[in-house]
Amino acid sequence: MAAPKKGRRPTGAQGRPGRALAIILIAMVALTAGMFLTKQTTPRLGIDLAGGTSITLKAKSEPGKPDAVNETNMNTAVGIIERRVNGLGVSEAEVQTQGRDHIIVNIPKGTNEQQARDQVGTTAQLYFRPVLAFADGAPAAPEPKPSTSTGASPSPSASGSGAPKPEGSSKPSASATPSSSATSQGRVLSEALKAPGTPTPSPSASESKKADDSKATPSASAPAPAPTPSADPALANLQTKFATLDCTKEDQRAAAGQGVKPEDPMVACGQRGNQWGKWILGPAQVAGTDVKDAKGVIDQQRGQWIVTMQFTDKGADKFAKITGELATKQSPQNQFAIVLDGEVISDPSVSQALTGGNAEISGGFTQQSAQDLGNMLSYGALPLSFQEDSVTTVTAALGGEQLKAGLIAGAIGLALVVIYLLVYYRGLAFIAIVSLLVSAILTYTIMALLGKGIGFALNLPAVCGAIVAIGITADSFIVYFERIRDEIREGRTLRPAVERAWPRARRTILVSDFVSFLAAAVLFVVTVGKVRGFAFTLGLTTLLDVAVVFLFTKPVMTLLARTKFFSSGHPWSGLDPKRLGAKPPLRRSRRGAPVPAPVDAKEA
Amino acid sequence: MSKLGDLGAKLYRGEVGYDFVGKRFLWYGVSILITITAIVALAVQGLNMGIEFKGGAVFTTPKTTVSVAHATESAEKASGHDAIVQQLGNGGLRIQISGLDTDDAASVKKQLGTDLKVDAAQINADLVGPSWGEEIANKAWTGLGVFMVLVVIYLAIAFEWRMAVAALIALIHDLTITVGVYALVGFEVTPGTVIGLLTILGYSLYDTVVVFDGLKEGSKDITKQTRYTFSEIANRSINGTLVRSINTTVVALLPVAGLLFIGGGFLGAGMLNDISLSLFVGLAAGAYSSIFIATPLVVDLKEREPAMKALTKRVLAKRASAAAKGEDAEGADGDDTPQVVAQGGQGRRRR
Repeated sequence: MAAPKKGRRPTGAQGRPGRALAIILIAMVALTAGMFLTKQTTPRLGIDLAGGTSITLKAKSEPGKPDAVNETNMNTAVGIIERRVNGLGVSEAEVQTQGRDHIIVNIPKGTNEQQARDQVGTTAQLYFRPVLAFADGAPAAPEPKPSTSTGASPSPSASGSGAPKPEGSSKPSASATPSSSATSQGRVLSEALKAPGTPTPSPSASESKKADDSKATPSASAPAPAPTPSADPALANLQTKFATLDCTKEDQRAAAGQGVKPEDPMVACGQRGNQWGKWILGPAQVAGTDVKDAKGVIDQQRGQWIVTMQFTDKGADKFAKITGELATKQSPQNQFAIVLDGEVISDPSVSQALTGGNAEISGGFTQQSAQDLGNMLSYGALPLSFQEDSVTTVTAALGGEQLKAGLIAGAIGLALVVIYLLVYYRGLAFIAIVSLLVSAILTYTIMALLGKGIGFALNLPAVCGAIVAIGITADSFIVYFERIRDEIREGRTLRPAVERAWPRARRTILVSDFVSFLAAAVLFVVTVGKVRGFAFTLGLTTLLDVAVVFLFTKPVMTLLARTKFFSSGHPWSGLDPKRLGAKPPLRRSRRGAPVPAPVDAKEA
Repeated sequence: MSKLGDLGAKLYRGEVGYDFVGKRFLWYGVSILITITAIVALAVQGLNMGIEFKGGAVFTTPKTTVSVAHATESAEKASGHDAIVQQLGNGGLRIQISGLDTDDAASVKKQLGTDLKVDAAQINADLVGPSWGEEIANKAWTGLGVFMVLVVIYLAIAFEWRMAVAALIALIHDLTITVGVYALVGFEVTPGTVIGLLTILGYSLYDTVVVFDGLKEGSKDITKQTRYTFSEIANRSINGTLVRSINTTVVALLPVAGLLFIGGGFLGAGMLNDISLSLFVGLAAGAYSSIFIATPLVVDLKEREPAMKALTKRVLAKRASAAAKGEDAEGADGDDTPQVVAQGGQGRRRR
């Protein structure tokens, strides 16, 4: 290892070239072994080289929000989808807007395409809605099983305790329930739903409060003491919809939550455990955009998986309010449903007002389900809803051809560099060539390993970056070689020349490589998609260049300086003092000037 | 080759040398001329923006026997937009249709399959909206800004602020020339071009830094001697590192040339070609500017310093008195190109 310069001694690490060489050899062997052990013998190829899947998403204009599809929202959506897709470990996935209302997601082959598609496709709008009623998702069962939520549910809403709670009635839908009691079907359907409505003799204090916050709800006025039957046809309609809804059927599930405005109550399906359930839900109280962060974590004390949520300031206020209200109620109305794209993904119950912007959901999570929910909560807050417009598989044929062309170009470039070095530096060129080879091996193995490690995918620009890097790497050798030759020109013999040249060359190499690396890093940070592959490759090879020059080129140079071929300045060594125009050790006259040139005597 | 080696030795010893610094105004003039040309070309001709910036579709077909003219006609008929068709090295065609939106792309692709007698499923369709290129361009500007700020700070610390300023000017100069060449020749500007352009940032500076490093070393303890002025030492440094600069530039250009040749010759067009073309132009400009622009600029900035002015005065005074004494002055240093190595504190080792 090239030790930092100590004092003014220009020696560096020349004393132990063997150790540096051993280090780099070990690194190479380890990387190569790692490559074979993990069976990652080739770099993962990007979508442009290997083919893959391209998903086109189209933003749907929501009813009542004609201006929602705008640039800002599209960009936010791209950011969210990108995080989600790359959160899967699918790196190199490109998410871009296209035109006014399309988003393209490119997913390279070799990743879990289905999972990615699910994540991308289902990501839509997320809301927290209070639960008004719950029933088993199965079609209207003839038996009057009350509030049928079967044992699957972790929340306490399972029991049929729905019957005697009065407050729930204050919810908009409740006012409507009396009307629905007329429909026989409804009665059979769900006790839980009916229960709040029927006996309600108008709720207590909570009522007025409720009336305030069920803001935009048209029926907010409805909770008038007198349960005017079917005063609101929309709610009656909801009731009917709930009764007939069969959540085990996919088309019905999909239709259930469609086109509902956040401020309207709705019916929705969702899975509880392994069974479908259906809900009547109040207006959205908290939007997914109010969630700042959420993740599935393991609760050390209880040893179970929970989901922690952090709200934005605005979200925290809203959440405190809704939980405060819900906590006073009984099951199932002490629950809120987390609704993603019209589907209930969780319906935790609330036992107290949760203020302060942090909350956790617990009960019955597996690691997978906790993390999934965390993901959905933190990334699910898309400002728009999307539909999958087309899914295209890109053929790999073209990419293969381009890769071939790139490799040929690389080979030609390398050959040209080698020829130039050979002609100009002769024997020295071999050191450069072997160094380039070492650099190539390191680059290749690291790329192959990174495919698995961080999802690095070699795309065409990355190939390009690697080719361009040949030049950068060779530059460092040139800087060093020229320095050595300068020292020889001053009349030094090879061994001191090699050592004296090193500290100066080292500084130049470090400074200029730092600039290259800075460029690559900036490029990597600010850009997207394909460009990143290029920047990454450039940055990686720049770092490797430093490693190779320090650990390989310099030590090898030190060793070779001891050989006769080089130290004697063999004409083919590239270090022939005569050819380099070195001055003889003693003064000599130049240009026939009789006087010893006073100024250029530089011999040490 | 040993010719170049000899030259290297002579340059190193200062036996030969080109007066880069002394003739700097000539090169400033050349650069200003090029820059003006670039700006005029940009204003008059503008850049030939690729599909990625305008929005449209690029179809790449497998090998087909249909002629380019025929393909152009059928592509324009199928899409109702302008089409550019290129023959690829493998016998396939690359069809660019501008303005085509996603909704129509599928039908155009199908139509092309029929017209060109290839399987539509084998046609690679790359559809891009105008926002993609815009995004890349925006990020490129951001990257450019961030990089320039960082690199100026770094160079100011590693060297000094004058060198940082000179390097920055040289960098802007390189970018202007590259963009100017694009405007003048009408090469297509694609995201690949932008990538190449951004890479020039690091590369152009690499050369500059190598030269500056030599200059920094050469001008160490400069005020402790009275033999040379700063500009003479700077010129000496450029000449001393000239071979190194030429070699690094050649070696950097060779792989890029390989890319350009293969990218252009074999694939006709595409990312490889775009990146390598802008790199090639930018690298050449970068090598030129590091020698002819960056260091002379440092000299201009540096010579304003009182310490350097004083030095120049002392040096000139000394030379004047030596000349007055008459003998011995002609060969040694005097007024032709400075001949003496300023490397590594020559003052101490002189005898």
